[in-house]
Amino acid sequence: MSGGLNNTELHDLGVAQLAAKLAAREVSSLEVTQHFLARIRQEQLGAFLATDADVSLAQAKAADTRLAAGERTPLLGVPLAHKDVFVTRDFPTTAGSKMLENYRSPFDATVVSRLGAQGAGMVTLGKLNCDEFAMGSGNDNSAYKPVKNPWDTGRIPGGSSGGSAAAVAARLVPAATGTDTGGSIRQPASLSGITGIKPTYGRCSRYGMVAFASSLDQAGPMARSALDCALLLSSMAGPDPDRDSTSLDLPAIDYAADLLAARPAGGDKPLKGLRIGLPKQFFGTGCAPDVLAAVRGALAEYEKLGATLVDVSLPLTELSIPVYYVIAPAEASSNLSRFDGVRYGHRAAHYTDLDDMYKKSRSEGFGDEATRRIMIGTYVLSHGYYDAYYLKAQKIRRLIAQDFQTAFTQCDIIAGPVSPTVAWKIGEKSDDPVANYRADIYTLSSSLAGLPGMSVPAGFGAGGMPVGLQLIGNYFKEAQLLGAAHQFQLATDWHLRQPPSL
Amino acid sequence: MSQTQPTVNPFAEMQAGRPTGPLVQGYEVIIGFETHTQLTTQSKIFSRASTSFGAEPNTNASAVDFALPGALPVMNKGAVQRAIEFGLAVNAHVAEHSVFARKNYFYPDLPKGYQISQFEIPVVQGGSVEFFLDGEKKSVRLVRAHLEEDAGKSLHEDFIGMSGIDLNRAGTPLLEIVTEPDMRSSAEAVAYARELHKIVTWIGICDGNMQEGSFRCDANVSVRKPGGPLGTRREIKNLNSFKFMQQAIDYEVRWQIEEIESGRAVQQATVLFDPDTGETRSMRTKEDAADYRYFPDPDLPPLVIARDWVEKTRSEMSELPRVMAARFVKDYGLPEYDAGQLTQSKATAAFFEAVAAASQQAKLASNWVMGELSRRLNSEEKSIEASAVSAAQLAALIGRIADGTISNNAAKQVFDALWTGEGADVDAVIEAKGLKQMSDTGELEKIIDDVLAANAKNVEEVRAGNAKAMNALVGQAMKATKGKANPAQVNELLKKKLGS
Repeated sequence: MSGGLNNTELHDLGVAQLAAKLAAREVSSLEVTQHFLARIRQEQLGAFLATDADVSLAQAKAADTRLAAGERTPLLGVPLAHKDVFVTRDFPTTAGSKMLENYRSPFDATVVSRLGAQGAGMVTLGKLNCDEFAMGSGNDNSAYKPVKNPWDTGRIPGGSSGGSAAAVAARLVPAATGTDTGGSIRQPASLSGITGIKPTYGRCSRYGMVAFASSLDQAGPMARSALDCALLLSSMAGPDPDRDSTSLDLPAIDYAADLLAARPAGGDKPLKGLRIGLPKQFFGTGCAPDVLAAVRGALAEYEKLGATLVDVSLPLTELSIPVYYVIAPAEASSNLSRFDGVRYGHRAAHYTDLDDMYKKSRSEGFGDEATRRIMIGTYVLSHGYYDAYYLKAQKIRRLIAQDFQTAFTQCDIIAGPVSPTVAWKIGEKSDDPVANYRADIYTLSSSLAGLPGMSVPAGFGAGGMPVGLQLIGNYFKEAQLLGAAHQFQLATDWHLRQPPSL
Repeated sequence: MSQTQPTVNPFAEMQAGRPTGPLVQGYEVIIGFETHTQLTTQSKIFSRASTSFGAEPNTNASAVDFALPGALPVMNKGAVQRAIEFGLAVNAHVAEHSVFARKNYFYPDLPKGYQISQFEIPVVQGGSVEFFLDGEKKSVRLVRAHLEEDAGKSLHEDFIGMSGIDLNRAGTPLLEIVTEPDMRSSAEAVAYARELHKIVTWIGICDGNMQEGSFRCDANVSVRKPGGPLGTRREIKNLNSFKFMQQAIDYEVRWQIEEIESGRAVQQATVLFDPDTGETRSMRTKEDAADYRYFPDPDLPPLVIARDWVEKTRSEMSELPRVMAARFVKDYGLPEYDAGQLTQSKATAAFFEAVAAASQQAKLASNWVMGELSRRLNSEEKSIEASAVSAAQLAALIGRIADGTISNNAAKQVFDALWTGEGADVDAVIEAKGLKQMSDTGELEKIIDDVLAANAKNVEEVRAGNAKAMNALVGQAMKATKGKANPAQVNELLKKKLGS
């Protein structure tokens, strides 16, 4: 280690700060990478499913070569790790499932290649644990191991991007990718005290994401600050017309430049004129008082920054749970059909015929939650049930999206809690899938509408556990969301707090 | 959305007023078709892998075709282009908005566990295919044509105790063309299939290779007493030759009638035709029909086709066979039958037009292209593109028939010489073979005088009104000129001299 730098500090630096040090050649990407790999080797949280020091160090050296040659791009040489639903050539990809144990993809996901050596030049530290096929909200559905919350290792970190959230919160990585289908970026970000954004559906290419529910799945960054998320999202987002037909045909935006440019113009009322809508359905008795208290505290801070709070209504919020748990399993039941033991993935050791091979391979390969959703999805698409379940859910989905548009005539951003409670104890809801589903109530509706949403650290609740504030924007308004979060983080330090164990 | 695919219309009223066909043992035969045409795109419908036939197993397959985790389908514009062209060719509605759906079922050669197809809203809606059957004009209405991907192939023969999977064909673009149950005989069904084959190959959206599976027909067959309700249909799958098509339908019709006559109800079933036994046998019945759980594919946005794309396609499409046939009738004065025959393929039509233009003898050109030329091509199993006699040569030959230089019979000898390469120039061949008709009237008159003198008995009979005797005199005169005289001229001279 060189440069007289105290390396114990490296993991305390965010993406922007690390990038600045790398650009100034105060530290090399190799040193940064070695530092984080050393921390990952010690980790007890279950956050990582795969690492490969040789691969990571080689990427770091390549980044150093580019830096030495004078290249100065915003993320060059900064390390990160990917949620294990992004397929990677250099690491195995399991999606948290036994079905894909030891599976290695011959190609990289678009998000991975855009952030990696062919793109922004970030260094991949490994693959992060998650709920099996991104199905879950506690990361206790991982087929390999549960992830522990660094704020209290007896509690879940949230899910399904629980490995990503825990790794960022525990300073094992400065940033991570996540995916959000019904809240899987925002909820673990909230429960683990970090910042995460789910962009507008289609903003990031889904190519190379192991599909859960195709009409909902969306990639996004998870980091400690809105600025760091903005830096990552600028590289992740953008059209991918040759590989994902649902990717939006909108040019990539430099979200970080927007934030940095906004700062000097702010004054002491930088958010003057911003109308924040509070849906009454997000502030009812279903939300725990400690969570509500933290959220209201954050909203008071927003008023200080110049924003005005307005009451809005999202009357179909309650229905978003059944609607989501029809549509997402329906798509999942079809998306997971490719895991049949024929071409790759788990195949039963013994079987009598083709049907037996399918049944045994799939029964052995899928965990309980994946199996449950495949069965629900198969049921709602079946002859005689399609109209009553799938078609009706699609109709209500459109109404939910319309309700948001009505609300956005009265406000610019919608705010509320991310999760009705702080992180629960590991095992507490394992036997009660419906309780798990109900906990998604504040994130599902915006997912169904395809809107961008984020979670911003907003304080602490019971047991000293983090609480996130959810911000929901209108379509394509990621920059506005990130700006509002960034101003909040300039005025508060919730996002800088560390788990006491660190 | 209903879960029953709206393919063959089951409602009797849709058939009201349709003419019936020849009854079989007192039963009316009802046939509808579903045809899978493989489109001629270079790459697959949702991936960039090649569609070429005959490659090593699994070498023409990409991550999308293998259904690897994270792979997503992206629509091949060329497949849509071909669907539009087909829609225009059959006077159908090209939908501005159509939807891809997933048809879910498990099979080892179906890598995703679902087939991407169109279900509720297909890209081509309605239309009709028109053709002649025994001189009678027929029109078969189309229900729809939709885009979908083909599955791979299971190879059961090559591995002991195991099956191999080849995904080269997986994702090959298909246009499935579905008719109303408008056909009333196996002959009509085959005529429809031939006409459809002609249309798709003519406009170039399908190579029409039936051996390689580029044009596969499923026939839905039922029988009923005339005026009665529609009978239960059985679907004969994968008919890949016109000959088998007719055999299979004929067998199936006889089988169904026998079942009914024996007091057994026909069960809805999918059957296969075995060319070795000439029989159809049931693969599966309605009871074990799968629930395909169709739903719109969330990986593919609705297919939106702007009107100007359709209009641009219309303006760039070559003349369709039926339009060209109508023009042949109008411009060349050909009978409808000739026009239909000459427009069986683009190459035949082009050859005819070249001959007609160069010779200015449309009917003769038609006769020769459909007659002698076609006979020679058939006997040597050659396509018209490989004809040994060029259009220019045939036109020159026809010119010599028209101007009376040679007789039709002599022309056949010249054609033969041109075909075999014995000669290349029409006039040189005529000269070398001495086939020129006698054009010197004086010389011919002298020969006829000799014939009259030598055949006094025939002359008497002609004068007595016996037409046969006249033929005998013509024959004698032709013999005397070694066939070089123009028979019409001989006839005329004889009549003049005999004063009849």
